[in-house]
Amino acid sequence: MDIEKANDTAIDRMMESRPMLIGMGVARDVIPGMSDDLLMHAGPPITWARASGPMRGAITGALIYEGKAKDMTEAQALVESGKIKLEPCHHHHAVGPMAGVTSPSMWVYIVENKTHGNRTFSNVNEGYGKVLRYGAYSEDVQERLHWLNDTMAPVLAKAIELSGGLDMRALIAEALHMGDEGHNRNKAGSFMYTAKLAPFVAQAAPNSDLAAQIIKSLGDNALSVLNPVMAACKAMAETAHDIEGSTIVSVMARNGTDFGMRVSGLGDRWFTAPVATPQGLYFPGFSEADASGDIGDSTITETAGIGGFAMATAPAIVTFVSGKPKDAINATLEMYEITHGEHKYFTVPPLDFRGTPTGIDIRKVVETGITPRVNTGIAHKDAGVGQIGAGLVRPPFEMFQEAFMAYAEKYGFA
Amino acid sequence: MEFIKTEIRSGAYYDSVVLMHLQRSLLELPGVLDAGVVMGTDANKEVLEQSALLVDEIKSAGADDLIIVVKGADEAQATSAISRVDELIAARRGGGIEQDYRAKTLDTAAKMNPAAQWVLISVPGRYAAGVAREALGLGKNVFLYSDNVSLDDELSLKKEAAEKGLLVMGPDCGTAIINGIGLGFANKVRRGAIGMVAASGTGLQQVALRIHQMGGGMTHAIGTGGRDLSEAVNAATLRQALNALDRDANTKVIVLLSKPPSPKVAADIIGAARKASKPVIVNFIGYAASMRKVDNVTFTTTFDETAQLAIQAEQNPEAETQELNVARFAEGQRYLRGLFSGGTLAYEAQLILRDYLPAVYSNAPLDKALSLQDPLVSHEHSIVDLGEDVFTVGRLHPMMDNDLRIRRLEKEARDPETAIILLDVVLGYGSHPNPASELAPAIAKARRAAEEAGRYLEVVALVAGTDEDPQNMGEQIRLLKEAGAIVEVSNDAAARRVGRLAQALTQRGVNPTAATNPSVALEALNQPLAAINVGLESFFEALTAQGAEVVHVDWKPAAGGNEKMMDILARMKSKK
Repeated sequence: MDIEKANDTAIDRMMESRPMLIGMGVARDVIPGMSDDLLMHAGPPITWARASGPMRGAITGALIYEGKAKDMTEAQALVESGKIKLEPCHHHHAVGPMAGVTSPSMWVYIVENKTHGNRTFSNVNEGYGKVLRYGAYSEDVQERLHWLNDTMAPVLAKAIELSGGLDMRALIAEALHMGDEGHNRNKAGSFMYTAKLAPFVAQAAPNSDLAAQIIKSLGDNALSVLNPVMAACKAMAETAHDIEGSTIVSVMARNGTDFGMRVSGLGDRWFTAPVATPQGLYFPGFSEADASGDIGDSTITETAGIGGFAMATAPAIVTFVSGKPKDAINATLEMYEITHGEHKYFTVPPLDFRGTPTGIDIRKVVETGITPRVNTGIAHKDAGVGQIGAGLVRPPFEMFQEAFMAYAEKYGFA
Repeated sequence: MEFIKTEIRSGAYYDSVVLMHLQRSLLELPGVLDAGVVMGTDANKEVLEQSALLVDEIKSAGADDLIIVVKGADEAQATSAISRVDELIAARRGGGIEQDYRAKTLDTAAKMNPAAQWVLISVPGRYAAGVAREALGLGKNVFLYSDNVSLDDELSLKKEAAEKGLLVMGPDCGTAIINGIGLGFANKVRRGAIGMVAASGTGLQQVALRIHQMGGGMTHAIGTGGRDLSEAVNAATLRQALNALDRDANTKVIVLLSKPPSPKVAADIIGAARKASKPVIVNFIGYAASMRKVDNVTFTTTFDETAQLAIQAEQNPEAETQELNVARFAEGQRYLRGLFSGGTLAYEAQLILRDYLPAVYSNAPLDKALSLQDPLVSHEHSIVDLGEDVFTVGRLHPMMDNDLRIRRLEKEARDPETAIILLDVVLGYGSHPNPASELAPAIAKARRAAEEAGRYLEVVALVAGTDEDPQNMGEQIRLLKEAGAIVEVSNDAAARRVGRLAQALTQRGVNPTAATNPSVALEALNQPLAAINVGLESFFEALTAQGAEVVHVDWKPAAGGNEKMMDILARMKSKK
């Protein structure tokens, strides 16, 4: 067995993937294994007892949305009794930002990988502020969810179909040249996404008022493309999974309590460790003391070679990494130390169009002690508050050590 | 009393991250209880409302308006804070030193500085061998400053380096000069034509700086580490470095320096030094050389003397060097044949040749075991005294009659194994009045005949006389040289000259290590020094100050020094 070759295969599969946003559907109809008694969530598996504030809030909000609970007490009872099961999005080829809670009636994006044929899914982005994915579940959050799912999504689904599908790899590649890194900054990508779909939204909408509302909603939300981008990253990353002997990370995800990771050559085992609290900048009135532990599946972007790894393309958000444009460059340069290759399609203009660092190699993380850089939003630790800032976080090192030892044992290096 | 001060700037767009940063700066100002700096979108206004900062004055702000709101402990402090917004924004721009990326691994550093031929390693000893192995794996030469590297590691590193044609200076190598650039601890020494290989750090520095003080200069000074001349390491680095300096056209004189070496290794190295095409000054502390000077090798005992003689040798290189051109001889040509007329000259020649050749046969041997069975037939290397009784029965002594020697000369020249013929030409009263007039044509004929048979015949003539002798020594020499002979006027010089050549011919193609291992590429020495520094930052700074292209590695032990994981990593790499 040749580790280098296995890793070559893993990242080639990842990079040659061609994720296309082909449509939308209701979760229970389109996601394999989805059922009426199931909620999907971000990160590795979690129980109510161990769930963080925002995760509990999002579960509560989703169960209210499904008409199954009226408040958190009822939600807790449903989950603790086992009447409602919790499973990671990643167990169903899906990803969700922050709490990532996706319920059976919610609409999801469908991304199909034209190279390898796999399909992946992600829910609809709600915008900033008090939103479900940050654990807010008040009435206005519910109202917004209903509008997004009941009113906007069916039209958007039709518009995507009319467009013939969006090539997400091309969209991400272009956005990286427009100041996005694809995780915390998706401004350019969201504009492109809106611009590409607007004509078809106009065609698909029953009336021009609704078309205008939908286009405005997409255009105002600098994160509207985040969820399709994450689904695209999932579509790419999952093709790198299950390569015999590969030490490449194929999943990184957090549930607010644990950081979880899967490694290509180590099957479906989750390697987990307690999450850290992100370092970053806070909205007015909030500080680090209010922050929840790291949460969300959006680390799939770093897993696929963008996000924090492409920091050098996004100087506008460099203050997240403490200051000067050069720090952004250095952030990306550091990630080359722990990745197997450089991306063929995602390139970094300030680095003379060098490919982004792609394919985290657990050996290199363990050897150098350098953990991946993750750009992330920061949720309030209490359910119901929402986003309070954004910043930088790194996964716990011990998780990589554990995976490394598991690899050494499985492949006879121990 | 708490006071909220606001400001709206229309059409002023800032990225939200810049604003969040500004807001943090405001919060750090004295008397500021809370602050918000946001674009006036509905979502942002909602956030302000949650913190009770959304006062009436700013409710009307739109998405393109910048809202600045400060809650101060009193009005003065709120006003003062808000007046500093522009200053705080400006402070974010410019200023501050931007730090270049520091590589964390050797791999990355090698990508950042692909021209680097050298890796300087000064990490703690227990990690040093691993880093050195990585450097060799990347095809880099190593300056290994670290000490506490085990002998086993030194052996395996030097073996790998030799196989790859790379140098490992060290371990425990404190100093070196490569192409004018000092590595580790090094004096600023003038560039020049003296090259040095030293198994002694302070010795290297002392000799180099004395050379500088005396007006000379260095090409390179290569350290080997203190154990290199031990029997176990067997001068692995010194041999490579000596070979490189011998090939280096800029180096005219070579200095070899060592702390007390293993006598066995020292003798072996002196043998190698004598094969060099340049003067070699040897200062092996405590090594008792049997003589002051052998061929191109001069022995010294102090650093000062070493520096002095190196400079002298550089100033008259002609006198010191002899090009050994073995390639022009045919493959079977191996042996020296000495045809002497003077008996004691023949004895002395045999004595001197012991330095070069294991066995020289003679009809008048120093050791009975080396007797020629038949004085008329040479065997391998032979020195024949034609003045012995067996030859002079019924004829004149060869000093007076050249006939016998000319016939023997022709016979030896026909032997395809003969490579060198050594003759003495004894002048003075009583000797033949013009020996060259007979010998020179015979030499020319013999050389021609050899040439026609596809061979090259070296004839060395020892002319023993004075310029006042009746034969006209100058004329004798001229005739012999015209015939193609090489002329020496001292028996010692003549014997050593043929001895070196015969030794080189005998050893042709029998040096398997030299044959299988590539030699060190001279580019590693002669290209502008580019390097990677792993360890002490002061070495990086020193190299940078000297104008070398250096990348520093922010080194940490692999796997945080966890030995179990380091072992596994090494196993994974070896399976690569």
